[in-house]
Amino acid sequence: MIQIDNLTVRFAGITPIDDMSVVFPGGACGLIGPNGAGKTTFFNVMSGFVKPASGSITAFGENLLKMADYRRSRWGLRRTFQTEMAIEQLSIFDNVAMIHEHSGAKRSARRADVLAAIEFVGLTASPKTKVGTLGARERRLVEVARAVVGRPRLVLLDEPAAGLPEEETGHLGQVIQSIPVEFGALVILVDHDMSLVSSCCATTAVVDFGKLIASGPTAEVLRNQQVMQAYLGTETPV
Amino acid sequence: MSEAPAAEGRAWARPSLDIDRRMVVSIAVAVGLILFAIFGLPALFGSDWITTFTSVIVYSIVALGFGLLYGRVGMISLGQVALLSIGCWVGTRLAYATAIPFPLLLIVVGVVVMAIGLLVGLTAIRLSGLYLALITLMFAGATTIVLSVIDFPNGGGGFTGHTSSPNLSGLANVRRPSVAVGDTAYYRYVVIVAAILFVIALLHVASKPGRAWATIRESEPAALAAGVNITFYKLWAFALASFLTGVAGCLLAALNGVSRAINFQTQDSLTLAATSLIGGIFSLWGALIAGVFNQLLPFLFQAQWNVNPNFLLVVFGAGLLQVLLSAPGGLVDQFPKDMVNLGRLITGKVPVTRQAVLGIGSIVALIVGIVLLATVTPLVGLIVVILSPVLAAYSLN
Repeated sequence: MIQIDNLTVRFAGITPIDDMSVVFPGGACGLIGPNGAGKTTFFNVMSGFVKPASGSITAFGENLLKMADYRRSRWGLRRTFQTEMAIEQLSIFDNVAMIHEHSGAKRSARRADVLAAIEFVGLTASPKTKVGTLGARERRLVEVARAVVGRPRLVLLDEPAAGLPEEETGHLGQVIQSIPVEFGALVILVDHDMSLVSSCCATTAVVDFGKLIASGPTAEVLRNQQVMQAYLGTETPV
Repeated sequence: MSEAPAAEGRAWARPSLDIDRRMVVSIAVAVGLILFAIFGLPALFGSDWITTFTSVIVYSIVALGFGLLYGRVGMISLGQVALLSIGCWVGTRLAYATAIPFPLLLIVVGVVVMAIGLLVGLTAIRLSGLYLALITLMFAGATTIVLSVIDFPNGGGGFTGHTSSPNLSGLANVRRPSVAVGDTAYYRYVVIVAAILFVIALLHVASKPGRAWATIRESEPAALAAGVNITFYKLWAFALASFLTGVAGCLLAALNGVSRAINFQTQDSLTLAATSLIGGIFSLWGALIAGVFNQLLPFLFQAQWNVNPNFLLVVFGAGLLQVLLSAPGGLVDQFPKDMVNLGRLITGKVPVTRQAVLGIGSIVALIVGIVLLATVTPLVGLIVVILSPVLAAYSLN
């Protein structure tokens, strides 16, 4: 369980996260909201790139904010980025292996773990293929493989389906859904693709202007009046 | 893993990551090349060529260091020839002052230059891009000035080991290893040392540090999120590149016998960067091509064709522009592709397009330009050389 209490982030003049409190109970959890709602900033706080002005994050009973940024990966934090950042120069195998190398997982298990992660996401290309030669779908899958290798505890996925055609999103959804089952990790999924979020996530939190506006079972949340207003605009005809 | 959604869809059974055919081929090529370099070249060429080949190898090692820093980690260092000159200086000084065996001397000089490179790295590590390039270039400039003041040791006393009135009868060259005193023997010795250094670099690139460097090059935030200690791995790259360059400097000291400050100019670091990019910074083979461009071409111009080697700056400029425009992987990457494409054009498998004609024209212009430079008149040659990147630019669209 990840518990966020009264989290506030301020940059000069703006408050991308404003006194946000939310609980991610476990499994795969959705985090949605319009552009600029503070989702990526929230991920950056989790990764340690952004220091919050106040508030606390408790991850499985531990104070995440007290942990140095470079130690969070060893602790089990994984993330992907909005703009895909698989390493072009390296092979698929090396892309995943380098995460394993810095995760604190056993060296002797590296090869098996890495191949298992590649197999898990359903990459059919040879693990020796350079990532620079792969297409968008396969690169996304490499990123997910990187996110699940080496005993992950908390996996943050930042718009993994961005730019993918619908039929490919379906496979990605299956993969994301089975991360908690296979690896026992809590997944927080940020995406604008509502069908992906509702197919993967049992619970979903909605943020807008840095504040939590709804959270709970995904189907209920998506029917919520405030959520629809946030997405469609405030001028709802009465 | 049996419940994984994609498990049933996988097309490959656990592939072997062990030695495969491509690796066997590259090892065979490397071994063949080393054997040819050791036994073939000295039989084919005279002694003046052998000295040039030795410096080709030495500068390949320097280019290897530059390629590691820029091609693998993404740090532009324009001070690599300055580190080479420091290695040459330290090697000369220690060779006069001590009697330690030559292989040990190489390692000691490598470690000393590594320490100096780490110092530069520590101050430069927080900078990147243009600022890092500028700082390292300033370091190269400072080194040139200091060297011009203290000059190279020539058997004198004190820290600098330089005396302005050397006893010419007692002036000894920097010693070479006892097994490799002659020029050809020393050339073979340098080839073997370089092969060892290239293997050290390869082992780094293919293992944990290489993967961490590639991650840093791709994106520092992504590297941080992956738990990579960015400062540590950047310094490691600086240390390795400096060590390689230091060993190269010591090899150069024994090649020169007596080195002169005038042989190391600030702009040499820039030329090295340009030739490294032309050769290709993403492949270790590119460093070898860079060494050829850096040392063999000036020799050909000056000693063989009687042309002012300064014209080479224009050739390198045109070549660099070509590479940056159309072949970011350098010659080592582009040349095979070009040959394949040319073959397809000739056999008629692909139609002759305007782009193809312009692309071929740009390469022909470069070669014809160099030939004209060497044979007819420099001015005509230069104009044709400069035409080459223009054609390359138009071949892109």
